[in-house]
Amino acid sequence: MMMNENPADLLPELCVLGGAVLGLLCGMFLPRARQWIVGVLCAAALVAGLVFAGLAARRADMTVFESFVLDPVTHVTRGVVLAATLFVVVLAMRPLRGDRRETEFYVLVLLAALGAVVMGMTSDLLVLVAGYLVASIPAYALAGFAKDAAGTEAALKYYLMGAFFGIFMLAGIALLYGAGRATSYEALGAGPGGVVAVGVVGLLAGLFFKAGVVPAHFWVPDVAQGASRVVAAFVTTVPKVGAFAALYRVAVGFGGGFDLSLLLALVAAATMTLGNLAAFGQDNVRRLLGYSTISQAGYLLVPVAVAGRSGMAEPAVLYYLAAYAITNVGAFAVVVAAGRDEVDGYRGFARRSPLVAVALVICLLGLIGTPPTAVFVGKLLMFGAAVDGGYGWLAVVAAVNSVASVFYYLRWVVPMFARGDEWAGALDRRAAVLAVIAAVGSVVVGVGSGVVLAL
Amino acid sequence: MLSLVIFLPVVAALGLYAFPRPGPRVVSGLWIGAAVVDLALVVAMWVRYGGGIGYETDLRWIPSVRAGYHVGVDGLSLPLLALTALLFLACAVYSGGRSRAFAALFLALQTVCLGLFAALDLLLFFVFFDLSIVGMYFVIAGWGHGDRLRAALKFFLYTFLGSLVLLLGFIGLYLGAEPHTFDMVELSRTPPQVAAPGLVLLAIGVGLAIKTPVVPFHTWLPPAHTNAPAAGSAILAGIMLKMGVYGLARIAMPMLPDAWRRYAWVIVVVGVLSVLYGALVALAQQDLKRLIAYTSVNHMGYAVLALGAAGLGTAHVEAHRLAVTGAVTQMVSHGLITGALFLLTGVLYDRARSYELDSFGGVAGNAPLFAGLLAVGAFASLGLPGLSGFIAEFQIFTGTIGSGGAGGVVAGALAVVGILITAALFLGALRRVLLGAPGELSGRVTDLTAREAVAIVPLLGLSLVVGIVPRFLLDVIEPAAALVVSLVAR
Repeated sequence: MMMNENPADLLPELCVLGGAVLGLLCGMFLPRARQWIVGVLCAAALVAGLVFAGLAARRADMTVFESFVLDPVTHVTRGVVLAATLFVVVLAMRPLRGDRRETEFYVLVLLAALGAVVMGMTSDLLVLVAGYLVASIPAYALAGFAKDAAGTEAALKYYLMGAFFGIFMLAGIALLYGAGRATSYEALGAGPGGVVAVGVVGLLAGLFFKAGVVPAHFWVPDVAQGASRVVAAFVTTVPKVGAFAALYRVAVGFGGGFDLSLLLALVAAATMTLGNLAAFGQDNVRRLLGYSTISQAGYLLVPVAVAGRSGMAEPAVLYYLAAYAITNVGAFAVVVAAGRDEVDGYRGFARRSPLVAVALVICLLGLIGTPPTAVFVGKLLMFGAAVDGGYGWLAVVAAVNSVASVFYYLRWVVPMFARGDEWAGALDRRAAVLAVIAAVGSVVVGVGSGVVLAL
Repeated sequence: MLSLVIFLPVVAALGLYAFPRPGPRVVSGLWIGAAVVDLALVVAMWVRYGGGIGYETDLRWIPSVRAGYHVGVDGLSLPLLALTALLFLACAVYSGGRSRAFAALFLALQTVCLGLFAALDLLLFFVFFDLSIVGMYFVIAGWGHGDRLRAALKFFLYTFLGSLVLLLGFIGLYLGAEPHTFDMVELSRTPPQVAAPGLVLLAIGVGLAIKTPVVPFHTWLPPAHTNAPAAGSAILAGIMLKMGVYGLARIAMPMLPDAWRRYAWVIVVVGVLSVLYGALVALAQQDLKRLIAYTSVNHMGYAVLALGAAGLGTAHVEAHRLAVTGAVTQMVSHGLITGALFLLTGVLYDRARSYELDSFGGVAGNAPLFAGLLAVGAFASLGLPGLSGFIAEFQIFTGTIGSGGAGGVVAGALAVVGILITAALFLGALRRVLLGAPGELSGRVTDLTAREAVAIVPLLGLSLVVGIVPRFLLDVIEPAAALVVSLVAR
């Protein structure tokens, strides 16, 4: 693998960073009515980052600054994080118009996205910690952005959990450094077995927190419900992408003495099952989506568990991440568009706006894993990787969970098509358009998966 | 041309939304028009079909897992494609005046069903298999009656579980093939060396058994049928139940020949159980629609039994061929007859809002055409010679009994008892609905309208044609059945 220290190889990240800094500076001087310019600036920075990321994806794999790997995992992480962030920024422009802290919102979103990308592309434990913090701290602030009771509670829970698992992570990395005398992933697993085992578990704790995986999942439903709708769309999507990319790298790089694969498989099974069971009773759609993202994290962990055992693991993780991101932001865009949080608030919605209702149906069926949406192909690869990697039982658990998930997703679909109810309320047109785009995108990525996977 | 046949209906569905606010005439006209054109295209394909795999298209879809858009027709799929096009046309005619969304949903379902029977790639097959579940869920939940939401949810959960189990089985086949592929033609040519063939067959078998459905996986069927609209029931029973048996003949038998032969007796037992249990439970029904729903379990049981019998030993090739031919004929015959019967019960519900056998009586007096057609449908269903059911069931029994060993003889003899029970139950139902003193709701039953008659008569007419001159159908099926038998005997 080539090594170099050329900052131009990190152009996408520099674009995001530059957008955030420049946005903050501009925001200080712009009158409140014109703070939307910062939003446009940030969106432009993300677009530029996407373009550079696309160009970088055509080059051979290499490592820069001895700690950032440029390989398919990085390319997909960049693409998905930047695209999802762009989606959220555009989604936020209308609800935030004229807000006192409009600028701060965009800047925090960009910084959190930067942290997620760094987590996903690094191959060094210390840089991982830096990425973890950059991804986390802005997200805490975003969770409490509205300064209302629910948001404050969500932010506090999010922060306390994050700090708690962050400590584990730091301690784990310290142990791994002590045992292996290096912070590179390549040295992961060197040293005395017991110390390495404790260290890896600590490291995983932090990543599990970001990924919303059991047992570090408690913040997900609270933040999804308590934070503003746009923030909920962001924190249930973007940090997870970085976290899963990092988890995949750790799982591939780990060469220690104990069965990391089995541990991850058990956690995956627990995560998907708990997320599903908890989602059953929810009447609040944001909380429902929150638990649904936990179960999706469980499915995502399956190919991570068989990393290195099956050639299908890497495409499965990367494809599923992209599919999940587009589908999840689509579902949240519908929530933003409708402005309702209760399942019953969607009665008769299909009559008011058939197109958005169909978009939501596509997104929810997509999360179930119905063909020909993107998540279906993701699940197919996931099942294939699990069976190929010798975890047939895990594929069966995932299949049973998928069936169970039908139940609660349909609980949201059915009232929309209820006859005789008028849905009265304002529809956020921009969010509605974005929701339709996401739904169409999820089908296009699914049908065109051959093209996507070839990239 | 085949792709045109498959996707024409869904394009027509989108076309419905090109009009700003179409009236019922426009909706109905476009729907029927698309269905007529599609049927005409299928008939043209049938006429020009020259054996083997015809009208093949093979495009790359997801090359990294070697899944393609691979479609084609042969003797197994062509009759089912024709049946699908015909039955959907009947439903289009029958459902005049329904809303745009209903028409669009049915057109989309037609694409899904045609695509499934034409698919020559496991992944493509699965995509259509799953979409059929979603489409039918919305038909039942949106336009059903009674406890429709509950029935629709049960249907979705149950059959979706089946589809995922099926998917795991497909992945097993995929990983067993060298190089890995989802292509059905390649997988049939060289059966994959699966690590645990019994387990893969179990997964595929259970997945398809839920759809078929066979005892004990049938419990979703009665509520789904009872609460679905008439056209939905006709499609569900007439087309979608075939997907299970078709999948067994198309996928399980050629791709897992050793496992199929080893566990053939299990399949025979399951088939016989379905035949007897379906018939006995149907006998006890007080609800005409549930009764017909349970006879579907019985009829599909014959087809499963025949496919199982084709795996008993390798000596009696002639009998095996006869059994498989009978199974495919049974699928077509059952589609025609049950489609017609469900549409007829829809007429009953339309007039009287009830399916209770005891609420009716003497209907033959005020609705002679309805009575006549119901009688023809019932006799066809119980296997009266001269109608298609007889041709199918005769071949199945002969094939099963001749398939070698005492097992085949016992299974065949037991299955014949099923015919006896269905005869009893249909005659009883006819007597209670059509003859005797008028029941409390009989007065409401007026005779068929011209539209309803145009929808139903051709189905039963074709059943009669197949019953009298079956060669045109059997000539297509027999070579394909012989191929399946030779693949199983490898």
